[in-house]
Parts: sequence; structure tokens; C-alpha cells
Amino acid sequence: MNALTLAILTPLVTAVLCLFSLRSLTLQRFFGVAGMAVLLGVALRLMAEVGDGTIEVVRFGNWPAPFGIVLVADLLAGIMVLVSAIIGLAVAIYSIADVDARRVRFGYYAFLHFMMFGVCGAFLTGDIFNLFVWFEVMLISSFVLMSLGGEKPQMEGAVKYVTLNLISSSFFLAACGILYGQTGTLNMADLALTAREMRPELLTMTAMLFLVAFGLKAAIFPLFFWLPASYHTPPVAVSAIFAGLLTKVGVYALVRVFTLIFTEDVLFTHGLLLVLAGFTMVTGVLGAMVQFDFRRLLSFHIISQIGYMVLGLALFTPLAIAGTVFYLFHHIVVKANLFLISGITARYGGSFDLKKLGGFYAATPLLALLFFIPAMSLGGIPPLSGFFAKFAVVKAGLAGDTMFGGWATVLAVVALAVGLLTLFSMTKIWAEVFWKPAPEGHAPHPGNVPPAERFLLLAPVAALAALTLAIGFFPQYFFDFAARSAEQLLQPEIYINAVLGGTN
Amino acid sequence: MEFLLAITIGVLYAAAFYLLLRRGVVRIILGIALLSQAVNLLIFTAGGLREGGVPFIAEGQTALAATSADPLPQALILTAIVISFGVLAFTLAMVHRADQATGTDDVDDLKGTDQT
Amino acid sequence: MNSVILATVSRLLTGVLLVFSVFLLLRGHNLPGGGFSGGLVAASAFVLFAFANGFPAARSMLFFTPHVIIGCGLVVAIVAGLAGNLAGLPFLTGLWDKTPLPVIGKLGTPLLFDLGVYFAVLGVTTLIVFSLGEDGEEEE
Repeated sequence: MNALTLAILTPLVTAVLCLFSLRSLTLQRFFGVAGMAVLLGVALRLMAEVGDGTIEVVRFGNWPAPFGIVLVADLLAGIMVLVSAIIGLAVAIYSIADVDARRVRFGYYAFLHFMMFGVCGAFLTGDIFNLFVWFEVMLISSFVLMSLGGEKPQMEGAVKYVTLNLISSSFFLAACGILYGQTGTLNMADLALTAREMRPELLTMTAMLFLVAFGLKAAIFPLFFWLPASYHTPPVAVSAIFAGLLTKVGVYALVRVFTLIFTEDVLFTHGLLLVLAGFTMVTGVLGAMVQFDFRRLLSFHIISQIGYMVLGLALFTPLAIAGTVFYLFHHIVVKANLFLISGITARYGGSFDLKKLGGFYAATPLLALLFFIPAMSLGGIPPLSGFFAKFAVVKAGLAGDTMFGGWATVLAVVALAVGLLTLFSMTKIWAEVFWKPAPEGHAPHPGNVPPAERFLLLAPVAALAALTLAIGFFPQYFFDFAARSAEQLLQPEIYINAVLGGTN
Repeated sequence: MEFLLAITIGVLYAAAFYLLLRRGVVRIILGIALLSQAVNLLIFTAGGLREGGVPFIAEGQTALAATSADPLPQALILTAIVISFGVLAFTLAMVHRADQATGTDDVDDLKGTDQT
Repeated sequence: MNSVILATVSRLLTGVLLVFSVFLLLRGHNLPGGGFSGGLVAASAFVLFAFANGFPAARSMLFFTPHVIIGCGLVVAIVAGLAGNLAGLPFLTGLWDKTPLPVIGKLGTPLLFDLGVYFAVLGVTTLIVFSLGEDGEEEE
């Protein structure tokens, strides 16, 4: 069996194993972590197979390509599955110490793996309606994870999260229906061919429907309001994997359709993306400035960082797309890590409120160091991963070879300014949580957490921080992958031939 | 026929969005349910209306008769119905829990997570 | 709910509905029916039984917990998909037995897959309805 099929089957089988062992906490935790470890192995094998630029295709049910459902792994999909597996493993380990027994008995690990099943499927599918189905698998599982436990703020957040995501799904579905009505196909490679013969105004209209659908999931301006209202309510492990992965699946879908299918009226569609990217960056970072809840602050930063990724897509040059891909995997690692750290400080200090935290540098210098790495990376300080991600996107904007002329420069300047404000936000957390003396009665007590649990909380954080350092110190190696996947994305013929090649 | 269906879809969308903008959580759920029906009809209409037989290959034939309807939009709608069934069942359960936890079904009162 | 008529009728109807659900499952490949509708009818049988005789009785009639039923359904579906891999073909490839049988038509892995769907749908629906219903009973 090839790695492509395995990447989808592993989380599903793990989820079933967790369902069967609902009563045993130990077994569930074992399956939960082991399943992610196996997925990581599978993802590495998949990367080894597609890493040299080959595109792997599996025709489910052995139906020929434009008719049946195909799974396609190109470099971008391979990278995304690999990063998802890394984050999944980190969160699964962290969850042992963070998610309480009641939630585990209710099926926390099973739903976590169902969600990974949907995420991997969404990255690997080559069929637009199938993408909708994977999105739904992912969403239903995320709905359950979001509301699992049933505490009051959680339910308030869940109502908003569920409602807005369902509306976005209905847009997605309507867009699929209209696209099928126009082209008579749902296979993305086939769509890329037939879309070129569609009436341009209809194609652009459909593109807008997809933009709304994926934009809502990716939380771009002005469709982001559900995110800061809900991401800080579930357990930290859940918000970390949501923050790391889920919006990025939306970005991935945007990248996929706006490089493969909707490439006819680029000046309008990508121009709109450019404007939205600017607003997304600015509103996100400004929203973050007034926040004093650790996780709400980070939630607003997700939005502003999504802006950078969309900016890269909008600029639509090889360097810019490479920047987007680099940004995607840098950001997933860093953002999930920051959320995990917010959980540790809350365990030590008893609060997510920055005003009630303090004195962490004195109490646990190690944690301070572990926070410093991803925080500075998010702010874009060299030589950490975020610097190279921002550098690529901004350089693409200043290069002058985009179709937007002066506007690209303007957006690049905005991106730089937003980077500065991000750094300000991170230093705010640093000053409030780590630097300032602990407020009266709120001194951090690492001793409150048993040593074994402390290790389980810190190990994934340290591993992700090490990965951030590795990306920062050896960027050429990672950027090479990003650049080659951008090359693939900008030459849809490669993808189309790989999928349809055997049949016509 | 297309015209009639287009009007129906429009009315369904309008009703769905009206309900989505109400304050009661249950009305919002009803709005989502209506919205998914509107989308199903939209797929059905966009896929091309054709008067013809069911899309089954007749005994002894190897291809569909030219007059039969396109089966794919029907398959899409079927999948969408299955998914919206699952999602709606979950949403109702969730709203019930939310009502127990928060003691209100008015979205205006669910502001706790929006404040800084 | 305490209704002698409903309780009596439900015993009869539950059986009829379950048989009907199996009928739907078996004819599903070429005719209207299939794993999803079959599973829903089966779930409605248990829900009807629960309304008439209470949720504990329905749970004990279901014998396994809904979670286990979902798990079994998924296992059956995965096995049906993997059969294609064993034959050296892609995942989910349908393999058919050539000899036709009465009522069912032909046996093949798609039927097995449908069986998995049947149990998964049965499990999910009873899980949601039971947890909602038992919630309501606690409040009363």
C-alpha cells in the first residue's frame, strides 16, 4: 500500500481503536500518541516519495481519472501532511497532561484523530466535491472538540464557531454545484482545463463564492469574527491544534483553487486577494494590541499572519508563492507552540489574563527561553523561521515583477509595519508574563504541576521550538522545498498531466 | 421550469438569511437547515434539468440512454443531505447543551467570549 | 412516556422496521435504499422503542454501546476498502463475486462497505438521540 492511502487510513484506524477503548484512559492515550507517531512516519515516507517533484496519484475504486475520485500528493500536499503530523504528535503528547479524564472518556482522542483524518484528506484530495466532504469531516470533529466538556464559555464560543462554519460550508457547496453545472466535472485537474473555456464573468463569480467559503475558514478580513470569539475557549491542546492547523487548511484550499482553477482573470481575483490580505494583516494585529487575554491575543495574531500568506498568494510570483508555502509551515509550528506555552503559564500561574501573570522569568527561565524562540520568530527576528517567511513575501512585493505595480510595494510596506506591531505584541506578552514581578497573590508555582506532567507539557514545546530554530538556521533547505512546490503550483500542467495523463 | 426553481431557490435563500439574522439560536439553526435545502435545489438546477428516465443502465445495455438524467448532481445532493443530517443533529444537541450551560437562547446574551 | 398502546405496538413495529432496514440495505446497490437509509430506519426502530419503553430498555436492546457500533461499522468499511488493496488494486476498488444470488443480486465488497455504513449510521444516530433523550429525562 502506498503512503498516500496510508496517510488517510492511519488517523481513521487510530480513531476507531480509540472508540473501542473508550473506557481505558491509558489505552486511549497510548493509541492517541502512537497513531500520531505512525502518521508522522507515513508523512515522512510520503515526503520522500514526492520530495523530488513527482506527483503521486491514487484513483480510489480504480475509476479512471476525471470520473472517479483521485487522491493527489504534490509537494505542497506532502509538506502540509508532514507539518500536520508533527503538530498532531506534539498536541497528542501535550494532551496527556492537559486534557482531563472526563473529556478523554468522552472520546477526545477519537475525535482528534477523526479531525486529522479530515485534515489529511483535505490536503490530499484532487476532487473539489471530495474536498467539501473532507472539510465536513474535519469540521464535525472540530465542532465536537470545541464543545467537549460543555463549560459555559466553551458553549458560547461553539455556537458562533459552528454557525459561521456551517454558513461557509453552504457557500462552498453552492460553488461546487455551480461549477459542476458550468463545466460538467469536479476533478480539479479537469476543472483547470475546462474552466479556461468557461465564460470569464461566470468563472469569476464562482471564484468569489469559493473565496467567501474558504475565506471564512481561513479567517481573512472581513470574515474572521468567529475566530477570536471561540479559539480561546476549549482546552489548550484543542485550541493549539485549531490555531495551528484549521485556518491553514482554508489557506491551503485558497492556494489550491487560486493557482489551479481560477487563473484566468488574475488581475481582478488576485487583486481582490491583495486588498483583503492588507486589511487582514492590519485588523488582526490592531485587534491583538488591545487584548490582555493570552489566547485571545494569539488568536488575533493568527488572523494577521493569515494576511501574509494570502498576500503571497495574491502577488502570484514564484517567490511570493514560495513565501506563502514557507509561511504556512513556519506558522503552523510557531503558532501551535505559542498556544501550548500559554497553557503552561496558565497551569503555573492559574490564569490566562496577562495582568494576573508575572514573574515567570525568575521562576522558570527555561520556559521563558522556550517562549522567546517562537515569539521572536512570529515577530520576524532573524535568524528565526519567521524572518525568512516574512522576508520572502516582502521581497516578492518589492521586486516589481508583480502585476500590481506600485500597490505591491504599498502592501510590502504594510507587511513590514504589521511585523513591527507583531513584535510589539510579543514584547508585551514578554514584559507582562515573564519580565514584570508577579502581581500580589499570583506568583507562578511550577511545583503545582507534578514533574511527570511538567515533562509531558514541556517536551512538545521544546521539540517545536527546536524545529523553529532548525528552520531558522537552515532556511535554504526548507526554502528549497517551498520554492519547488511554488514552481509546481505555478505550472498547473504538471499537476493536470499527472492526474489525467493515464487516461487521454 | 428553471425560472420557477430559480424563484424557489431565491425565496429559500431569503428566508434562510432572514432566520440567520434573528436572535434566537433555534431560529438560526432553522435558517441553516433551510440554507442547506436551498443549496441542494441550487445544485439540482445548476446541474441541468432534463426530462428523462432514471439514470440506470438498462438490462443488456452498456451505456446510459441519451434521455436519462445526469446522475452526478443527484449523487452530490444525496451526499450533501447525509452530511447536513449529521451536522444538524449535532448542532441541535449542541444548542441544547449551550442552553443548559448559558441559560439563554438569545445570541445577544452570548457575548462573554467577545469581551476583552 | 407511559402508553400501553405505544408500548405494545412498538414491540411489533421495532421488529418490522429492523427487517425492513435489512431489506433496504441488501437491495441498495442497484435500487433505492442502501446503507445510509437502512441504518436510519434501523435507528428509528430503536428510537421508537426508546420512546415507548424508556431509554435504558432501548440501550439494553441495542446490546452494544453506540460507540462500539460506530467503531464496528468503520472497521467493516475499512476492511471492504482494503480488499481492493489485497487484490493489488487501489483502495476501495469493488470486487464482485460472479454468481448472482436471489434478492441480493451479486455479492461484493461494495455490499460489505454498505454494511459498514449501515452500522456507522445506526451508531451515530442512536448516540445523538439517546444522549439528547436521556438529558431530557434527567430534567423531568
